[in-house]
Amino acid sequence: MEYTTIAQMSAALAAGTVSSVELTRAVLDRIGQLNPELNAFITVTPEQALAAAHDADRQIAIGKHGKLTGIPYANKDIFCTQGVRTTCGSRMLENFIAPYDAGAVERLGTAGMVAVGKTNMDEFAMGSSNETSYYGAVLNPWDKGCVPGGSSGGSAAAVAARMVPMATGTDTGGSIRQPAAFCGISGLKPTYGRVSRYGMIAYASSLDQGGPMALTAEDLALTLGAMAGHDGRDSTSVTRDAEDFTRLLDTSLAGLKVGVPKEFFAAGLDAEVGEAIESAIGVLERLGARRVEVSLPNMSLAIPAYYVIAPAECSSNLARYDGVRYGYRCSDPVDLQDMYVRSRSEGFGNEVKRRILVGTFALSHGYYDAYYGQAQRIRRLISRDFANALAQADVLVGPTTPSTAFRIGAKSSDPIEMYLCDVYTTAVNLAGLPGASIPAGFDNGLPVGMQLIGKAFDEATILQVAHQFQQATDWHQRAP
Amino acid sequence: MQYEPTIGLEIHVQLSTASKMFSGAATAYGGTPNSQACAVDLGLPGVLPVINAEAVRMAILFGLAIDAEIAPRSVFARKNYFYPDLPKGYQISQFELPVVARGHLDIATEDGETIRIRITRAHLEEDAGKSLHEDFHGMTGIDLNRAGTPLLEVVTEPDLTCASDAVAYMRALHTLVRYLGICDGNMQEGSFRCDANVSVKPIGSTTLGTRAEIKNLNSFRFVERAINYEIERQVELLESGGKVVQETRLYDPDRDETRSMRSKEDAQDYRYFPDPDLLPLDISKVQIDAMRELLPELPRAREQRFEHTLGLHHADAVNLARDRAVADYLEATISAGGDPRSAANWILGEVFGAMNKDGMAISEIPVKSEMLAELLSAVSDGTISGKIAKEVFEAMWQGEGRAREIIERRGLRQVNDTGAIMAFVDQVIAANPEQVEQLKSGKDKVLGFLVGQIMKLSKGKANPQQVNELLRQCIFD
Repeated sequence: MEYTTIAQMSAALAAGTVSSVELTRAVLDRIGQLNPELNAFITVTPEQALAAAHDADRQIAIGKHGKLTGIPYANKDIFCTQGVRTTCGSRMLENFIAPYDAGAVERLGTAGMVAVGKTNMDEFAMGSSNETSYYGAVLNPWDKGCVPGGSSGGSAAAVAARMVPMATGTDTGGSIRQPAAFCGISGLKPTYGRVSRYGMIAYASSLDQGGPMALTAEDLALTLGAMAGHDGRDSTSVTRDAEDFTRLLDTSLAGLKVGVPKEFFAAGLDAEVGEAIESAIGVLERLGARRVEVSLPNMSLAIPAYYVIAPAECSSNLARYDGVRYGYRCSDPVDLQDMYVRSRSEGFGNEVKRRILVGTFALSHGYYDAYYGQAQRIRRLISRDFANALAQADVLVGPTTPSTAFRIGAKSSDPIEMYLCDVYTTAVNLAGLPGASIPAGFDNGLPVGMQLIGKAFDEATILQVAHQFQQATDWHQRAP
Repeated sequence: MQYEPTIGLEIHVQLSTASKMFSGAATAYGGTPNSQACAVDLGLPGVLPVINAEAVRMAILFGLAIDAEIAPRSVFARKNYFYPDLPKGYQISQFELPVVARGHLDIATEDGETIRIRITRAHLEEDAGKSLHEDFHGMTGIDLNRAGTPLLEVVTEPDLTCASDAVAYMRALHTLVRYLGICDGNMQEGSFRCDANVSVKPIGSTTLGTRAEIKNLNSFRFVERAINYEIERQVELLESGGKVVQETRLYDPDRDETRSMRSKEDAQDYRYFPDPDLLPLDISKVQIDAMRELLPELPRAREQRFEHTLGLHHADAVNLARDRAVADYLEATISAGGDPRSAANWILGEVFGAMNKDGMAISEIPVKSEMLAELLSAVSDGTISGKIAKEVFEAMWQGEGRAREIIERRGLRQVNDTGAIMAFVDQVIAANPEQVEQLKSGKDKVLGFLVGQIMKLSKGKANPQQVNELLRQCIFD
């Protein structure tokens, strides 16, 4: 296809050189071509997509269109979509069809975007490799022996393979940024509360945040503008006015302070990844940014704290999947207990069960303070660390992940090893801050992601840095 | 050994909001199963709770009414357990930081003594649904209409020492929440439910005995009977050398006994933790002050004013203050000119009688307060006698108009003319010589008979006082 980014498609649609139906057909064709191998989609909805594309073309014809009208995109299968099944990567919801759209989906629809399907993901967003999906692993378009990262692995692979210009993701501990890094695309986790969680199936409510995954920072800015905004149905949704996230894109980085936390470059980081990030920071400096050394002293506590808080919340959030009202129910239960036990044992995969068990333990009587209480205290320390670091810098930069994408199966038998993939990302969720990952180089043919972390509600500065970087580099234009 | 009981109550007050605690679904009772359950109530994936501001206002009003502290910040927590009628697998409640804490309610005991019952806390939570075990051929049906209904759980300190005080407290609370307009008080429909914690200890001992919790007592009578049964059971157990175990018991009204439901060992670990879907509930001083303005005169203050300012008997004051609409009716009658004591007597007698007969609430009755006041003034100014007044009241109840219209239309005006009454007296004396003789010889009882004859002759319209006087004059002078 001639057009890869939203900005390009939007211009072509406005100029009338292409229609939304044509774009959508091209997208559906490409999905049909690549998906059997990559497995990035769980569900594709050509009929609904083409109907929406027709509507979009009519809007364009009468001049009632916005920048996103008619642009095809995909939703991570964690976002509820009215009338289209939402599996959350689980057998538990194999046949679940929500009678409502998630808040974010509704907003993207209102902006005129055309949903083409639902992308694969780790089961209930629990995983860093997309291998926990009941619907099978997703392959990394750069190396089909490698994982795409997770949990938004399907969205990342779909964007990287140019199936869709944008896909929604969710990020609880790194689930947008880590797969974006592994697949060589751009992904943004907004500030907690920016994007409505209504209709976004909960993993860990205090950490979950939806956001866009795309090829460029500009596309992230455009789509975040549509996704974000107050939703009265989500009590944690912030009441802030709509913002134009593109407003700083063309502003130079001169004088902007870029903080480099030393803990991001400590033991555990692959040397090649470290070098790629160092040279990317060099690019930012050449663009006029000033490098500031900062420290996040409690960084090493983020993973342990995260793996108490997230499982604790998930143990409660996933209690509703009990086989009573909807979702998977075991066959021929002999009594209530049997129905509960077998429905949940058969409906959930191992990683989900592991986290439910860990979380149940962490909240149980006599352990609550030592685990959940302690993790909350660490969370406050980490927030304070970020506040201190961001008092000295406008954004923080570092690697998104300690290494590039790993081989399928390489870490699936060692959960701790798997959890360490998120060593640089979970702290950002604990602090509720916005963070992005953008392509910043390659190591052995696999993409390296650079993480940008901003002040609360300062996505615009992150996007400015990312866009300016992308004006000076071409990593984001490389296609697998 | 002599024992004394210690009792604490936990009462679930269903708040009379139009919609649920965390969703927009209606709370009306008795709908077709699952017709009042939205995606939030069903616990569908991805949906989220939103706090009902009206329920919060009601909780604040209650807190102010019991002179409690309103928490500037309280927290909703999840109480985790699996049950088929609990759609999310947890109940949203308040645990460590309730919205209302440290209040009290003064109650009158059976001996007329006033005691203060401390209220530890009152917290907001959502109700569960209902499991239906009939009509499903060995399966269980689930009705989630009630799921998510707002409840205020009101917990006392163990300040009660007998079943009758417990009932007095429960009644006082029942009166209060209806006064505040925060609960319809309908116990059959489960709008006001009680759990009782009961223990016994040797008299004088300072350490409390082991307690049993008795669940789901939905009438005043059951509370009294269940507590008395439980006290007796525990005393007998201790007397025979046994030990009370901490457990939850269920009262069976058919057999009038409590039965063990689960022991402390089986007690569930609810794994409470703050609900991450909800922000802490912040209540400002401004909001509290605004609610204070809405606080009505409370039942106990009103009861005392009725007794001391209006001069009503204590029991009448209590009965009339119990229901806010009745108390308002009384006051409206008085301000329309009715004498307080007569108004009270009429309401407790004729009005309540007619309401019971026709199954009406005071708000629905045809005899409005100003109509009753007009009737009372017709009695006090001598237009009609008290006896005729009952006939007039009945006519007003039947919708025949106002008191003075009915009196005129039916010609019920009292005869105060001495000449006319004298004619009746003369007739009766002439017709009853024997009784007149008896009266003269000192048999006072006969007076009543003769007065009755005169009244009958006058069709009840003669002024009874004048009849009495004239009769005496004729016979003794």
